[in-house]
Amino acid sequence: MWQKLHAENQERNFTVVTVAMDSPEAARPWIEAVNPTYPCLIDRDHRVAELYNMVNVPQAIWIDEAGVIVRPPENAGSSDAFRHMNRATKQMTDEQLAERDAMKLTYVDAVRDWISKGPNSAYALDVSAVRARVRLPDDKIALAHAHFRLGRHLRREGELEQAAVHFAKASELHPESWNIWRQAADKDETGLAVGPEFWARVDALGDRPYHRPVDMKGISPSGS
Amino acid sequence: MATVLCDVNEAECASARVEEDCLWLSDDDFTNATGWSLKPEGFCKGDICVAATSASTAPLVRNGRINVSGFWRYLGHPVVHDEAMTVWALGASAGDRAAALQSTEAPDFCLPDLAGQATALSELRGKKVFLATWASW
Repeated sequence: MWQKLHAENQERNFTVVTVAMDSPEAARPWIEAVNPTYPCLIDRDHRVAELYNMVNVPQAIWIDEAGVIVRPPENAGSSDAFRHMNRATKQMTDEQLAERDAMKLTYVDAVRDWISKGPNSAYALDVSAVRARVRLPDDKIALAHAHFRLGRHLRREGELEQAAVHFAKASELHPESWNIWRQAADKDETGLAVGPEFWARVDALGDRPYHRPVDMKGISPSGS
Repeated sequence: MATVLCDVNEAECASARVEEDCLWLSDDDFTNATGWSLKPEGFCKGDICVAATSASTAPLVRNGRINVSGFWRYLGHPVVHDEAMTVWALGASAGDRAAALQSTEAPDFCLPDLAGQATALSELRGKKVFLATWASW
């Protein structure tokens, strides 16, 4: 999807950049399937998540030609419809799929609007609007990222038990971060962190969203 | 020997000693690991200098060595380490990250693609950038 957006707009001073919150070997098959013509970067220690205070994927940031943020990190058009999928079969109903796809399309259309209109796009936020929306990290989040960084290093060094201790500490300090939790969680045969513990944690959200609704005209958050 | 993770760097510090739960390094290892240097005017990095002594806490400099974890905490930055105290992560403070975000200038970073080729966000100036995160998990 991002490849299409990128390919359609290459003549227009625009580029997609994707950042995988992943180790290279986990990201590889997905990247090779897309064969992207844009920078597809590997962020094994979640540095970008730390710099921009991001908590989940997919999240997007819009940055203008001068390197200024015009939309701070937000849900890149994902819906919470998946919470109601058949968890055994991992199937979604046509209705759920339609809702998911509609939300995505609306988001991508907003990006297109920005590509063609730049700062005149209703979706490009000015400095005060960006400042009002940007979510700032606190000391617990900063400490969580330090534990996560250490955990990732220890894991690469084969210190799995110790790594797990630091990942757990990171999640305790920064419970809102699904990036931290899912990176550390057990994975299924396709590499997805969708085991019973994942679903339990999702259900524990109750009415709170998994994907924070995008504050954007035309996108409405998924009802439960 | 200690491994010090600081910002995007990973430094092997042969001079490392742990005393009273603090990580002490030589001048050179300290600079190599953190980018800070000890000068007559204090600890300096770029245009910033910080006084060398801390009034109420243990001294940060002793016998030609620097209490790196103590200095980092003095700055208000997070410090974590493994059980054996041979791997230390010197983190960034919430204040620094928050200030960068509030400036609304997109914080720069440099990351590799699968082929190992690095791209910095700042290289893409002049283009609109749509940055999307994703993961296999």
